[in-house]
Amino acid sequence: MAETSIYRVPTGMVLLRGEFGAVGEAAAHVAGLDVPEQRRITGGPERALAWMSPDELMLFCAPGAATGLAQALEEKLTGVHHLALDVSAMRVRFRVTGPFVREVLAKLSPADVSPAALPEGEVRRSRLGQVPAAFWASGTDSFDVVCFRSVSDYLEELLAHSAAAGPVGFF
Amino acid sequence: MSARLPTGGRLLDRSQPLDFTFDGKRLHGYAGDTLASALLGQGQMLLGRSFKYHQPRGLVASGAEEPNALVGLGEGAFFEPNQRATAAELHAGLTATSQNHWPSLEHDVGAVNSALTRFLPAGFYYKTFLWPRSFWKHVYEPFIRQSAGLGKPPQEADGSTYEHFHVHVDLVIVGGGISGLAAALTAGREGREVLLIEQTAHWGGRAVVDAPQIDGQSAEDWVKSALQELETMANVRMRTRTMASGLYDHGYLMAYERVSDHAPATPGPRHRLWRIRAEETRLATGALERPLSFAGNDVPGVMLASAVRDYLVNWAISPGDRTVVVTNNDDAYRTALALYRAGLAVPVIVDARPQVTGALPQAARDAGIRVEPGRAIVKVDGKKRVTGVEIGLQLGEGGAMEHIACDAVAMSGGWSPAVHLWSHCGGKLTWDEAQALFRPDASRPPRGDKGQPIASVTGTANGHLGTAAALADAGLELDVSEPAEEPMAPVWIMPQGAGPALKRKMFLDYQNDVKVSDVELAAREGYESVEHAKRYTTLGMATDQGKLSNINGLAVLSGALNAAIPATGTTTFRPPYTPISMGSIAGAARGPLFQPVRRTPIHGWHEANGATWEPVGQWRRPYAYLKGAEDRHTAVTREVQAVRNSVGLLDASTLGKIVVKGPDAGRFLDMIYTGRPSSIAVGKCRYGLICNENGFLVDDGVVARLAEDTWLCHTTTGGAEHIHAHMEDWLQCEWWDWQVYTANVTEEWAQVAVAGPKARAVLESLGGMDVSKAALPFMTWAEGELGGLPARVFRISFSGELSYEIAVPADRGMELWEALLQAGAAHGVTPYGTEAMHVLRAEKGFIMIGEETDGTIIPQDLNLGWAIAKKKEDYLGKRAQERPHMADPKRWKLVGLEADGGAVLPEGAYIMAPGENANGQRHTQGRVTSTYYSPTFGRGIAMALLIHGPDRMGEMVEVTDGQGGAITARVCDPVLYDREGERLDG
Repeated sequence: MAETSIYRVPTGMVLLRGEFGAVGEAAAHVAGLDVPEQRRITGGPERALAWMSPDELMLFCAPGAATGLAQALEEKLTGVHHLALDVSAMRVRFRVTGPFVREVLAKLSPADVSPAALPEGEVRRSRLGQVPAAFWASGTDSFDVVCFRSVSDYLEELLAHSAAAGPVGFF
Repeated sequence: MSARLPTGGRLLDRSQPLDFTFDGKRLHGYAGDTLASALLGQGQMLLGRSFKYHQPRGLVASGAEEPNALVGLGEGAFFEPNQRATAAELHAGLTATSQNHWPSLEHDVGAVNSALTRFLPAGFYYKTFLWPRSFWKHVYEPFIRQSAGLGKPPQEADGSTYEHFHVHVDLVIVGGGISGLAAALTAGREGREVLLIEQTAHWGGRAVVDAPQIDGQSAEDWVKSALQELETMANVRMRTRTMASGLYDHGYLMAYERVSDHAPATPGPRHRLWRIRAEETRLATGALERPLSFAGNDVPGVMLASAVRDYLVNWAISPGDRTVVVTNNDDAYRTALALYRAGLAVPVIVDARPQVTGALPQAARDAGIRVEPGRAIVKVDGKKRVTGVEIGLQLGEGGAMEHIACDAVAMSGGWSPAVHLWSHCGGKLTWDEAQALFRPDASRPPRGDKGQPIASVTGTANGHLGTAAALADAGLELDVSEPAEEPMAPVWIMPQGAGPALKRKMFLDYQNDVKVSDVELAAREGYESVEHAKRYTTLGMATDQGKLSNINGLAVLSGALNAAIPATGTTTFRPPYTPISMGSIAGAARGPLFQPVRRTPIHGWHEANGATWEPVGQWRRPYAYLKGAEDRHTAVTREVQAVRNSVGLLDASTLGKIVVKGPDAGRFLDMIYTGRPSSIAVGKCRYGLICNENGFLVDDGVVARLAEDTWLCHTTTGGAEHIHAHMEDWLQCEWWDWQVYTANVTEEWAQVAVAGPKARAVLESLGGMDVSKAALPFMTWAEGELGGLPARVFRISFSGELSYEIAVPADRGMELWEALLQAGAAHGVTPYGTEAMHVLRAEKGFIMIGEETDGTIIPQDLNLGWAIAKKKEDYLGKRAQERPHMADPKRWKLVGLEADGGAVLPEGAYIMAPGENANGQRHTQGRVTSTYYSPTFGRGIAMALLIHGPDRMGEMVEVTDGQGGAITARVCDPVLYDREGERLDG
């Protein structure tokens, strides 16, 4: 199945931990995006703000922009208990595009990736194969997938394997 | 002899003949055949040999419950043993081989004759082979290994691929018979998300064979219209060739799709393992017909009545010219009538019931078929093939009143709902006295996390054997026209007064060769629990999982115990319902995808430069770099010497790095570590120890203070994830009101140790940061640009040399490595691996988590009291370390050992003490924790734990040499290299 493409998207990433009540406004201001609700992601392909846990957000931005954004958050949050770090090198972001992209993921993740359970705007932190991963619909027939750098070769091969095996015909 | 009839066969496509081979013999069938039907069509009735006695066995059933017809399918990389011929769809070029015989299926020298079977009774494992003791190893075990087992394992790696598929639905319906279809229609019309799965390639189950009229149409037409409606529903998904193999906790259902077994050339996976998380699992799994227990019921040609009907209607198979039907119920008369209508002879219907008055028997009588009520088959004649039956009284003892010549016997002992999935996860059964069957007890279902039922049962599987009742149970009240049936009569032994000679030939479990006599013997020998009797006799074990044998077996057991059947109960049904392929379980996880390997940013360089690997967690770290013809030892020696004499590079990216920040971070770290990280000044580093709450040392590493409220904690490579989890556990569960955030940033940074007397010179030639002793003394760190890369430089040493660890963002790690290689070229910079690192640290007397510690060691054992803040009120492990055993002066403590003659002591060797314990084992007083050849000292060095060790310097001890002897060693200071620390401070 040649229809599925898998490529790496160079990305800046900023980790922000804090109580959303205390840090949400600064995050929204610095990111220029709304603070996402539980399990949601706001923004678009260029810049997005993802809910990671009840006290953790992840800001996805253009490559090279993370250091500045992390510093901006630091400044904005002076005196507020938080943790803001440039973690751009820690993870790898893939874009997986193809007519049965949800099935490519459903072969690898126990999460419900049906359009009803995982519409655009939802982000899921789960696993793909044997590694942790987060993913969200980044367009029709397109998902963005984030995993740790050390296992990115594994995941790339796994995604390719899953796509090459062809569609299941379920979604 | 079985044969193909010239017309008929609802599943056959006679325009598509297919060639296949069985034991090398070229045979012919048609598209739509199963391997079983094709073999029968070619007159091949003998298909295998039984497990224990190697008795000739033929087909008994037509579906998943078939116990005998297990064959090897495919060849070479595509060979798979133990496949049911009844479940294998025929395709062109199919290659099948029979199993469990030698030298051939027709002539098996292993066949155990009836005289010998007396020496293989129930429980023969436990009795026969106990004595004499040596016979087990040399006589019995080789014999059992030779004769046991069914198919042979494949000899080549599997050439097929497999995958998993996870789905979440409201309702999964198992079984595509009319009950399953009706349930899907009902739920689909309600708008629920439904997945309907069927294990065979066809919808409709038994109804399309038994042909009741449903809703004014034939069953076939009703099934077609139901499918048409379901296909229009976007919320209903359907899969054939998909068998639900097991129901697990929380309603997790595993299903096994045989994607391309029927069409092997199809690209894509051969099998797909569905992992289904459904709100509800509805079981429409139907029922399985039970055999009758009469002597010779295992002779090829004796089949279930329903199977005879299936073969006839679906595949136009005549089981033989003359088929005797034997039954205790009306349903089997359908088989007699079907045979009659096909123009075949039914010499007699032997019915165990004294009165036979139903509509179906009447139809048989009207057709001129002889019906004999109150009769039994006393014995089947024939060995490899039925040649006739002896008829007698069911109430008698087995006296033959009449011999009837025949080619086949169609038997029916009634029906048992397929309750396997219901039972897998704890659903209970109730005994239905009238129908003599166990059916699911709706009041005791398998339950989910909130106590809710996770499964329900519908249709025949729920004990509704009639079509109308089954459909109504599935939610559809439809007009059904089918003959009414009179009650069946439970018949567990035929004839009821049969003596031992007959009972020894009545098979309950065909696959495992368990007979009525075996179960009765088990009962006599005290195996009253059905679970014990199962294990004693092997009844219902292995791939059969009691599909045919369970009810008959426990009924016989109940009879022998004089107990009611429900009081005896059933054995436990276990997944899988029928075996699934190992490949489907592995899915994509094979070859390079078997397990993820974590790669540092510099991994590729290591690979290309002779790295020989050491697995550390899921990382692969270079153990050493082999140059040219070097072996590991030579390479390690070269690397150690390079670090001691010039400069080496170590990829330390795998070390754990956890950022801890917040107003309470210092207080928090003072609890996590035994020391006092809160007192580290910004810009400085300190070595720290982490203990668990039992006081045992679990991790160590250097802590750097990044800012007033921020620390960076280095952990061991293997410790990063669990130390981070340990911190979060304490923060979230115990000290939830402390203001601290942590982040595991291990993978954000590539880290390289530059170690050796020339380390500073290398960094200086990179330029950009002042790395002088004055600007960056030992145990400090600085941030800046090194050779144009944003870097944190830590002045720390695990080698005992002048050493820097340089951290850069991971995506620039390779740049750093290359720059260091270039800058160090003038000094002969040498990349070194984990073994050189181990040797260097051992020469310096540094401990290693996992070498000097094993989960039972406290810091005090390792003379690390200096790293414990004794005045601190508390830290994790403090109170545990004050327990008497922990404070005992007799605990083994860390020392160095120097073996006589410079030998390298064996790993893990014990230090012997005088005398022996009660078991005749030598007393011990310590053990070796680390041992290496030291290139620096030119001899073996070792670290060890020894009772009163630090007080025994210079004493000679005896260390086991692993071969029954001893090596003499002198107790010494573990710190051998640069005791004053001038070099690392340099």
